[in-house]
Amino acid sequence: MGVHRGHRARPLEWLAEKLIFLVSLSAIVVTMLIFLFVAREAMPVFLGQMNSALVLPTIPVEEIDKVNPEELRRYLGLTKKQFAEMDRDTLKTLMEVRIEAQAEIPTQFREDKDARINTTEWRYLLKPHQWTGYDRPVYIWQPIGWIKKYNIVPLIIGSLKPTIVGLLFATPLAIGAAIYVSQLAGDRTRELVKPAIELLSGIPSVVIGFFALLVMASVLQALFRYEVRLNAFVAGIALGIAVIPIVFSISEDALTSVPRSYTQAALALGASRWQTAYQIVLPAALPGVFAAVVLGFGRAIGETMIVLMICSASVMSWNIFESARGITTTIAAEMAEAVTGGHHYRILFMLGALLFAVTFLSNLTGDIIIHRLKTKLEGKK
Amino acid sequence: MTRLRAMNGQTVSRHFRADRRDVGSHFFTVLTGLATLFILCILGVILINITWNGWRGLSWRFITTIPTKDFFDISTTGVLPMIVGTTIRVFVMTFFVLPVGVITAIYLTEYAPVRSPLTRIIRGAVNNLAGVPSIVFGLFGLGFFINFIGHHMDTILRSAEPTWSHPSILWASLTLAVMTLPVVIVATEESLRTIPPGLREASLALGATKLETIIKVVLPQALPGIMTGGILAVSRAAGEVAPILFTGVAYYMADLPKNLTDQFMDLGYHVFVLSTQSPNIEQTRPILYATVIVLLALTFALNVTAVLIRARIRKRLRALS
Repeated sequence: MGVHRGHRARPLEWLAEKLIFLVSLSAIVVTMLIFLFVAREAMPVFLGQMNSALVLPTIPVEEIDKVNPEELRRYLGLTKKQFAEMDRDTLKTLMEVRIEAQAEIPTQFREDKDARINTTEWRYLLKPHQWTGYDRPVYIWQPIGWIKKYNIVPLIIGSLKPTIVGLLFATPLAIGAAIYVSQLAGDRTRELVKPAIELLSGIPSVVIGFFALLVMASVLQALFRYEVRLNAFVAGIALGIAVIPIVFSISEDALTSVPRSYTQAALALGASRWQTAYQIVLPAALPGVFAAVVLGFGRAIGETMIVLMICSASVMSWNIFESARGITTTIAAEMAEAVTGGHHYRILFMLGALLFAVTFLSNLTGDIIIHRLKTKLEGKK
Repeated sequence: MTRLRAMNGQTVSRHFRADRRDVGSHFFTVLTGLATLFILCILGVILINITWNGWRGLSWRFITTIPTKDFFDISTTGVLPMIVGTTIRVFVMTFFVLPVGVITAIYLTEYAPVRSPLTRIIRGAVNNLAGVPSIVFGLFGLGFFINFIGHHMDTILRSAEPTWSHPSILWASLTLAVMTLPVVIVATEESLRTIPPGLREASLALGATKLETIIKVVLPQALPGIMTGGILAVSRAAGEVAPILFTGVAYYMADLPKNLTDQFMDLGYHVFVLSTQSPNIEQTRPILYATVIVLLALTFALNVTAVLIRARIRKRLRALS
């Protein structure tokens, strides 16, 4: 009788190990699925396959046999599968519907010079355009009405405004606190502050939004005396509160991972605690602190509920004391009204894909910086 | 505690006592200390404000009443369906996320080769997943679960009317499960690492296989950590609104949900609705505060438990290393 080794000896164990391995791939699979399915819904925008023009050419129903099938399919905006399933009568009805729909457009809009524009083309998404009724080219996001305007520049600015305010507010506080807790304070302070900040990170964003809306907005207005009560500034400060825990814990972690020997050497040479923290520990941990800010940025730009509750009017302006409508806000507020598979729906998914790409990049950058820093500090130990 | 012996032979405490003449050091120590204090104050003000204003609106009747369509009236409104909805979606989520998260953590600590590129990619994916904006998870839930899986299930099962391809508890819970996966993985891994390698070696030396060792020795020891992961995931998910906006939440439902394919009302979403859709914010204020306090109590009770267990695990981890 020979001795069995490996999976022949214990087939069940071998199977279980393979299963464990397969399940552990879940995080990778899910990440890929997210990317795939958000991008899938947005694909027609990227490929420029949509046409949102109000006035479209019409083909009389009698001419159904004169146009070739491929042209007809594209004219009716059907997929190949849908087209194959339809009989002649259905196609005729669809053509009639199309003609009727075109006839219903009010004359005023039919004659508009913008009525024939496909507003989902990239140049209308990114560049300013002089729409009828405006005296100069403008950036506008206005997905309702006869002629739909999908310029995404105001939304990008609307996302950046509160994010920048939030980071400017949160970063100094969080890094200051991280230096204090990890380098200057005693053990007892640390045992108090760290759980408290974990609690702060446990407050749901909808509660922070509620608090900012009901309490902070009035207090800040009384302090700074600006006109619009709910603006990007209030949203930014509220975002800052949501971002403080993440910036704090990552920079605190980086500062703590600086080897004790560094600190001890500096202290032995007669440096004060602050001098050691500022001139020895902080420079050594600087990449980690930078990564904390990058990750904080990713968290702030992706935050939805806080900004949604505080400001939602789309204004094209860099003024932080005016309202702002960001990418997340727009997706959250408009997805319910968008028709599944329609232009608006696809552009909202495109915005989601954009957001995913931005946060993916910032997460990746932060992750790589931290990984390098840790290897470096551990290697020198 | 490290103590350094200074030139004159006195021991210098590890705690910083700035030299009075060293004004810069003193100033910056106070400044960073103030930053810390300010953050604690923000937390304090939020909690005190909410507790103070919330108590008055809170009553047994408020918690156990199913409101009518007009839920802005303080005397008749209640939050029972929201509590039920939030609880159900969180439990269904735990059912999906816990096994997957725990098994991934087991692979990462017990099986994965330390320096292999695949391990690094899995870790990278976990970290990245933790940073994906919650609204993107919502879009994913809509695009994948509802419009893809749900749509195909309806076609295959030949449902008379769309049962799967519309928002429901099931899809919302699955979306949240995807979102909280990293939370469970990280917490479980942390606790698996606190188990002394000697324990595993002893078990292996007695003839147990690796799998037996994991199931009978490692997992029971790691149970508190796994629980923490579950609790943290639950508390994170309980307050999230963005991922469920398109995948399951309802503005109003007259009845409690009966099926996994039903929509549901939700505490966090209700807070959003009350604060933005109210016809008269001054009248809605007491209801709003009371709802927030219920939501906070739910998430905080969970959070505090998790923080306490976690602190214990970390102490053990520090003692080990």
